[in-house]
Amino acid sequence: MTARPATDVDWGRVRAWGLYGGLTMAFIAAIGMVESLDARMMVHPVLSLGYLFLLWAPPAFGYAAAYEPVKEGMAAPAKGARDLVAGAVAGLLAGAVFGLFIVVAATFDLREVFVKLSPVLVDLLTFGRGVGFGVATWIVLSTGLGLVGGLLHVLPERGRAAVFNALAAVFVVALLELAVVDVLETFRLEAVERFLYAPNGGITIPGAVVVALVAGFVTLRTTGGAVLRFRSRYAAMTGEERRRFGVRWGLVAIAGLVVFPMIVGGLTNELLANVGLFLLMALGLNLVVGYAGLLDLGYVAFFAVGAYTTALLTSPLSPTLKPMFRLDLLTVEGWVVMAIVIAVAALSGLVIGTPVIRLRGDYLAIVTLGFGEIVRILFLSDWLAPLFGGAQGIRNIPPGYLGPIKVAGTSPQTIFYVVTIFVGIAIYVAWRLYHSRIGRAWAALREDEDVAEAMGIDTTRMKLLAFVTGAILASFSGMIFAVKVGSVFPSSFKLIVSIIVLVIVIVGGMGSIPGVVIGAVVLIGVLGGPTQPGLLAEFGEFKLLLYGVLLVVMMLRRPEGLWPSVQRQRELHQEEFLQDAWLKTEAAQAAARGEAPS
Amino acid sequence: MTTDTPVLEFRNVHTHYGPVHVLKDVSMEIRPGELVCLLGGNASGKTTTLKTILGMVVPSSGDVLVDGEVVTGKSTAEIVARGVSMVPENRRLFKRMTVLENLEIGAYLREGEDLEEDLERIFEMFPRVKERLHQKAGTLSGGEQQMVAVGRALMARPKLLLMDEPSMGLAPILVQQNFEIIQQINEAGMTIFMVEQNANMALSIADRGYVLQTGQIVLADTAERLLANEDLRRAYLGELE
Repeated sequence: MTARPATDVDWGRVRAWGLYGGLTMAFIAAIGMVESLDARMMVHPVLSLGYLFLLWAPPAFGYAAAYEPVKEGMAAPAKGARDLVAGAVAGLLAGAVFGLFIVVAATFDLREVFVKLSPVLVDLLTFGRGVGFGVATWIVLSTGLGLVGGLLHVLPERGRAAVFNALAAVFVVALLELAVVDVLETFRLEAVERFLYAPNGGITIPGAVVVALVAGFVTLRTTGGAVLRFRSRYAAMTGEERRRFGVRWGLVAIAGLVVFPMIVGGLTNELLANVGLFLLMALGLNLVVGYAGLLDLGYVAFFAVGAYTTALLTSPLSPTLKPMFRLDLLTVEGWVVMAIVIAVAALSGLVIGTPVIRLRGDYLAIVTLGFGEIVRILFLSDWLAPLFGGAQGIRNIPPGYLGPIKVAGTSPQTIFYVVTIFVGIAIYVAWRLYHSRIGRAWAALREDEDVAEAMGIDTTRMKLLAFVTGAILASFSGMIFAVKVGSVFPSSFKLIVSIIVLVIVIVGGMGSIPGVVIGAVVLIGVLGGPTQPGLLAEFGEFKLLLYGVLLVVMMLRRPEGLWPSVQRQRELHQEEFLQDAWLKTEAAQAAARGEAPS
Repeated sequence: MTTDTPVLEFRNVHTHYGPVHVLKDVSMEIRPGELVCLLGGNASGKTTTLKTILGMVVPSSGDVLVDGEVVTGKSTAEIVARGVSMVPENRRLFKRMTVLENLEIGAYLREGEDLEEDLERIFEMFPRVKERLHQKAGTLSGGEQQMVAVGRALMARPKLLLMDEPSMGLAPILVQQNFEIIQQINEAGMTIFMVEQNANMALSIADRGYVLQTGQIVLADTAERLLANEDLRRAYLGELE
């Protein structure tokens, strides 16, 4: 390696990242995130979530500015003082741009266009001590943090991981305060709680230091790649070993699912129940989109059909059906309700599916989107109000029963247990279908519809089957949703539900059951559903923005999803895979010739 | 030639795509064990003919018979179930599935049957396929993909094998090899209907040939006589010499 002067910096890159950084900060401030999230204390008393949303930018963009893309087939560029220069200059630039933004916001009244550029915001951004002080502070702060970003780039991989994990741990512990307190109180660990959290919210400084040290230390001591090692160990197992492994951990998982809701409070249970409802839908949509490759943007229709059917059958206020059924899943009466829900869902799957099934790709997506809206508007319409109650919906849906146990929204624990049973059924069905002849037909259909047809696969029937199975799973979710909420309104079944369920499938990993589970936990559990709050309830109105950012980042960095199916990973990384194989062969040949690897 | 029922018969078939009249009064028949080729330039209706056989396009008039039974208007799945199998143009394997999965899809309609024997037969014919069995089909070379495509079609145990442009997109040496394979399968008793632009090559292994021009059969004869035919030579073979 030859030493490089500290000024050997790609200035174009630094300028670009510095500008992006400053604009990102200005954007976050201008949409009101800083102001609304300032109320949420992260590290008491120095850092609120609002400021945090600004402060992450300089180090991140400083790191990006210091990073040099490694060109294919070339050695990675040497790290050194130049990274610090690049990071600091990018930070300085970001700070300057942001400073300019503060000056503009303080000088001109732009609230007619940018409603959030209020004096309160300017006050926050200048720390209440005048524009001059504020701008200077931001420039210094941003330069310093940019330098930290550059420094992070110089650190060896392991050290970087330790710093990152330490910060991430503090962030998560501070952010998940409610859930952590919930668990701590169950175990009567008030002392730990008092140490970690300040009385009026936010992690305490000693608490933050301890959490950061623990996380950093653990990262330094453990070797990475645990997941990979687990995967290769699993791959090496024989069928019998795998079966035993599956049974053992399956039992542990079931025990965990039974015990966990008991040790956490109502709020966490409510959250778990919502995760379950969306997971159930996502598992169904995964059959349609992930397995059969049919992009359905109107999936909420089947959720609505399930909910409305349940409401019509069980509510005493049902406008059409007077015979009131008791939804007890352990009696024949309950099974009749379920059978009717299944039948209606399957029928609606056929009715919606038949006309659209011949369409492909974009056309299918648009038409299903339309159908989803049609279903909602029909439920909303005055014309069908005598049947479905119009905008007033159907209220007074009685609780469900599981033998003597009452299942209702007032006790989210019971909803969680019921939804978990259905999720279990859905996972089993999806898994069996995937490994059956039908699953193979779906895979072929997704790969090449024409050839699949020429192989004798009845493509129309297979597509309808995917549609109907997906519809039934969504209708179960709708049924439980109706019981949980106790009423159904057309406004609960908007397009956003379809979109969020699709995002769960995409972010988790299309065609991958564990991926969909993780996707539902991350998106619904942490960020929250369309109307359901998640752990990060304070994000409120910015939830969709975070969804969007997450989706864009995922598409750029990890298009196969968080836990991809083996097949999808192959699809998206085919070229890399081929190149790797080629490089490996080359290396093996070189090794065989006794050469040192270059 | 034998006098058995034709494996495939076209009786005055007309096919339209909307207002466009593609196949005009096409009649032909293929008898058991024959290797028949359909020659024609671009847009002469060759691919439409194959689609019509498989029921992906329904003739506007006339009948298609497979094994003496009218299949006009039947679904592709039903026609495939009657023993028609296709090696598509450009092979079109399911690239992200393994070779074995591709072969299994070929036998999709033989639900629950034992495929061992068929696989063995294919491995015997193409030892390379066995080596590549658990590899993704998309990672194979063109020649290997062609073997898998033929293998996939044979897994259905067809009575009639359709081949769409088997020489398309292959290196000349592989084209030669490929035609030898086709000949070999035919000699083992398989009836083959092949659509091809490379008239010289196709006629060198075929028993008979039809020549399609703008949707009409303009010539039908034995392969030797077609090879010697002056009109055909001028129309198709001239450019090859």
